[in-house]
Amino acid sequence: MSFFKCYKSVNLVANHFFFTMDTKESTLQKSSLMNILWDIQKKRRYISHDDMTKISKVFNISRMELEGVISFYHFYHRKHAGKYTIYLNNSIVSKHKDFDRVKKSFETEIGVKTGHVTKDELFGLFETSCIGLSDQETSALINFKAFTNLTPEKVKILILKLRQGESLESLSDFPENNIQYTPEENKTVFFKPYKQGDALKKIIGIEPDGVIDLVKASKLSGRGGAFFPTGLKWEFCRDNKADQKYIICNADEGEPGTFKDRVLMNILPGLLIEGMAIAGYAVGATEGTIYLRAEYFYLKDKLEKTIKEFLKKGLLGENILGIEGFNFNLNIYMGAGAYVCGEETALIASMEGKRGEPTTKEYFPVEKGYLGKPTVVNNVETLCAVPRILEMGVDKYLAIGTKATPGTKLMSVSGDCNKPGIYEIEWGMKLKDFLDLIEAKDPHFILYNGFSGECLSSHDFDREISGENLLAEHIQFQINDPIEYARKMSAVGLRSGGAFMVFDKTRDLLPILQNITDFFVAESCGICVPCRTGNFLLNRKLHKIKLCNADKNDLDEIKEWSNIIKQSSRCGLGKTSTNCLLTAMLKFPEEFNKCLLAESDINKAFNLEKAVDDYDKIIHEIETTYE
Amino acid sequence: MNNLVNIKIDGHNYQVEAGKNLVDAAKENGIYIPTLCHFHNQEHALGTCRICTVVVNGKTTTSCTTKVNEGIEVEINTPELIDTRKAIIEMLFAEGNHFCPSCEKSGNCDLQNLAYDMNITVTRFPHVYSKKVVDFNSDRMIMESNRCILCKRCVEDIKTDEGKDVFSFVKRGINTRVQIDYEEEAKLSQSEAMHAMDLCPVGAILVKGMIYNEPFGDRKYDLVGKDKEAKPKERFVKKDANNKFIVATTSLAGCFGCHMSLLDIDTDIVDVLEIVEFNKSPLTDIKKFSKRCDVGLIEGGCANSENVEVLKEFRKKCDILIAFGECAIMGGIPAMRNFVPLKECLEEAYINGLTSEIGANVIPNHEDIPKLLNKVYPCNEIVKIDYYIPGCPPDANHIWKVVKNILLNEDYSITHEEFKYD
Ligand SMILES: Cc1cc2nc3c(=O)[nH]c(=O)nc-3n(C[C@H](O)[C@H](O)[C@H](O)COP(=O)(O)O)c2cc1C
Ligand code: SF4
Ligand code: SF4
Ligand code: SF4
Ligand code: FES
Repeated sequence: MSFFKCYKSVNLVANHFFFTMDTKESTLQKSSLMNILWDIQKKRRYISHDDMTKISKVFNISRMELEGVISFYHFYHRKHAGKYTIYLNNSIVSKHKDFDRVKKSFETEIGVKTGHVTKDELFGLFETSCIGLSDQETSALINFKAFTNLTPEKVKILILKLRQGESLESLSDFPENNIQYTPEENKTVFFKPYKQGDALKKIIGIEPDGVIDLVKASKLSGRGGAFFPTGLKWEFCRDNKADQKYIICNADEGEPGTFKDRVLMNILPGLLIEGMAIAGYAVGATEGTIYLRAEYFYLKDKLEKTIKEFLKKGLLGENILGIEGFNFNLNIYMGAGAYVCGEETALIASMEGKRGEPTTKEYFPVEKGYLGKPTVVNNVETLCAVPRILEMGVDKYLAIGTKATPGTKLMSVSGDCNKPGIYEIEWGMKLKDFLDLIEAKDPHFILYNGFSGECLSSHDFDREISGENLLAEHIQFQINDPIEYARKMSAVGLRSGGAFMVFDKTRDLLPILQNITDFFVAESCGICVPCRTGNFLLNRKLHKIKLCNADKNDLDEIKEWSNIIKQSSRCGLGKTSTNCLLTAMLKFPEEFNKCLLAESDINKAFNLEKAVDDYDKIIHEIETTYE
Repeated sequence: MNNLVNIKIDGHNYQVEAGKNLVDAAKENGIYIPTLCHFHNQEHALGTCRICTVVVNGKTTTSCTTKVNEGIEVEINTPELIDTRKAIIEMLFAEGNHFCPSCEKSGNCDLQNLAYDMNITVTRFPHVYSKKVVDFNSDRMIMESNRCILCKRCVEDIKTDEGKDVFSFVKRGINTRVQIDYEEEAKLSQSEAMHAMDLCPVGAILVKGMIYNEPFGDRKYDLVGKDKEAKPKERFVKKDANNKFIVATTSLAGCFGCHMSLLDIDTDIVDVLEIVEFNKSPLTDIKKFSKRCDVGLIEGGCANSENVEVLKEFRKKCDILIAFGECAIMGGIPAMRNFVPLKECLEEAYINGLTSEIGANVIPNHEDIPKLLNKVYPCNEIVKIDYYIPGCPPDANHIWKVVKNILLNEDYSITHEEFKYD
């Protein structure tokens, strides 16, 4: 399509949209704002000044408020982002694979540096944090289609073919599921044969309260990382009377190294839908939304198709399964690139067409959630577990796993091992057995539960993956001695949120930790100073250590500042952003002491030559220009 | 007042009204919790600034977002929490670009007042010096982002009659800024605009022409804390009474105002000279250290290569280094160039500026002329500084009291007037 034609058709679409809106003379609900921004972004590749004028008019908001929303999400652009918008994953596992060479290859082939768009607006190249493909790095998204296991050679061919006009669709790699392991048949919960509607039918004859009791009895707790008991959450929501309630599936899966939700939605979209319908039945909600991260756009069609099938079969819609008054409808809402939107209150703000800022938690979503109504937010895995529990019966489910954490857990494995991918394991497996299972080569440190999780070392290999004997979190962070730590923690379970990144002895710890602080600096919402600036300052400190300019005082300051950030941040992002750093300092002191300077009254990080470098250059330059 | 509940604050029991905001509940019982973003006509606490961080039932949280209920146990004034709150204020100073001596809000500023209140003399964090714009585009208002602490008051509270936002947060993370929507701003009445300026706890929102309505000296916090005394520091050097203490002073990138202030004690200087002998100092015109010194007083930050060398030499030759004055502590007025590329600064000064000769095309440079640094550095980012005496300039009595305290281990008290500089 010629540029002109393309532009015209965009205008037509936009005009059509605005025209219909104008004639209705109504103000649009802000909850449709992000969809409209997406439409424009996808069609035009940027949101123009005129678009903004029109949008702010139909939504009756100020231009600057709109600017605030657009600029919060990093997949919306105010300048053309390229007919082919390329997002290359820059998180650590990608970096350990082939990131640098792949990036260079993209830059050479399209002829511009990262962060720029080619003159003809054909290609735009950007970096982004983890896109949920850690088991097939180096990976990138081009117009939100996945391209995995990239090499410089592959990139070269890819760009060539795109220039020749081959369709993006035919060139992209639909991500592999890479399911590496499931327990023996009668202990598998998720990855076993599935038939649409089987689980849903189990609720026939059970009252909503009965469903909640079953979920409570199963001890299912949130798989999004906070482990809140699911049955209890549902009960709270059920007990809050309201004319409307909502079920939201948190499919934002932003934690670096996690990709289990991607695989679940790809293989078992129906199971998720059933889980949501059951939740709706239990708490009395008739509307559900899947908040899908933009990185998973390629799953949207499949989810939509499945929703249609369900509607056709009467498994969604009105009077589902003939149960009078059991109504449930589902839609999909696309995120736009903000890790913090995985935090449930930020997610709700985002669905309301606002900046994805977490709230003060004066109210929980089950009290005042989406549009002020009681809302259940659950993770994909949590919602998929419910129908399986109903199917197999609570007793059978309780027989799997451990006492505090029955059932199985999906682990997303990446890094230095022979078999990256998805593992469904029974809770209670020893960490060292798990390492054998994934064929980790010489494991040295593990980022457990992603960047907001913790750092594990060989001290932890004998611990089991479970929620048994947990300690209050602050106790763990009070321990200052690795040996005491090992003793105290040996019987404490490792409760897993699902991300498992393993690194061998050849990897340097500091760049990994820097990648983590880079991530939090980029993803902090900016509401509170400890997180917004604290992480930035920690990043600088790590840099100082890396350059061998630090002394012991710097290490003490890192600890002190990390704790301040932890204590005073507003939401879970800030509160957990320093966990890996703190646990790494405890367990791998040698990595930090490698090139520590003797304490000195003079800051060695200040380099006079560097500080006058600009001046020298300017004098040189001016002398030559004004000659 | 029927609905009373029992709560515990720092080990003491209190009865307060159920559901009351913890800040207010504590205040009623004479316990002060600092706040910054919280303001009283706001229905929902904003919870953005985190200054009111306390521990409730073992968990840290903010008081302004906490409602009291039966049996809660609150920790407010533990050393750790006091330090955490102080650190948050310090981080706000490190993150923003606060040059109080040139700020219109000085004396009316909540942030500044809290800093006084917490005895902050220097921030423990390195200054970020991020580039932030001052937006003069609106006909009526100025948005001074350098000072904005992103408390969100303006975003939440200032709306047009149609309910549209006038101020909005844009971007995210460390790049988050507040921006004015000019079109909507124009719809505000003058009194609404004034309200916005007053609402802003710092000097970020300014209404043109209305800034100096209240003269310095008559401002909100000018008299607050009059009875406050700064706490004496512990460290001191014992000295043989027969020997005089040796003091050196220097002015780096400063205006010599701090040195002028040093001399401002008038005839008391005679007393000072009884116990002190000056070595290298502009006061004596001794150019080179001739002996080791007990105390070095540094005015000004480091703007050029010579400043760095002098500072390092002071560190080597003096047992105790004191940074006195804002420029030494945080770069001060000279550091305002940190947001402008060095090249632009030089061209403005020597080539394009109004005062440069027409056709000027050289920037003075010679191997004997010190080289400008890429930015102005506070002294503590180059060498270790033992003590800080804030002020622009610090009061003469304040300076000498601190020096004497350090040298003689004397107790000293600083009066309010000596300690406040706005
Ligand atoms: C910064 C941050 C990011 C989060 N990201 C996710 C996420 O991507 N997916 C998710 O399910 N939960 C995420 N959570 C947890 C959610 O806030 C919430 O607890 C969860 O969705 C509840 O569902 P569950 O009880 O089923 O786990 C995040 C929390 C925080 C603080
Ligand atoms: S902790 Fe970070 S992400 Fe959370 S509210 Fe504060 S700035 Fe935003
Ligand atoms: S706003 Fe002004 S007075 Fe307040 S701290 Fe900043 S510079 Fe000082
Ligand atoms: S401009 Fe003032 S009121 Fe608005 S967020 Fe910044 S500091 Fe707060
Ligand atoms: S006053 Fe409580 S967070 Fe600002």
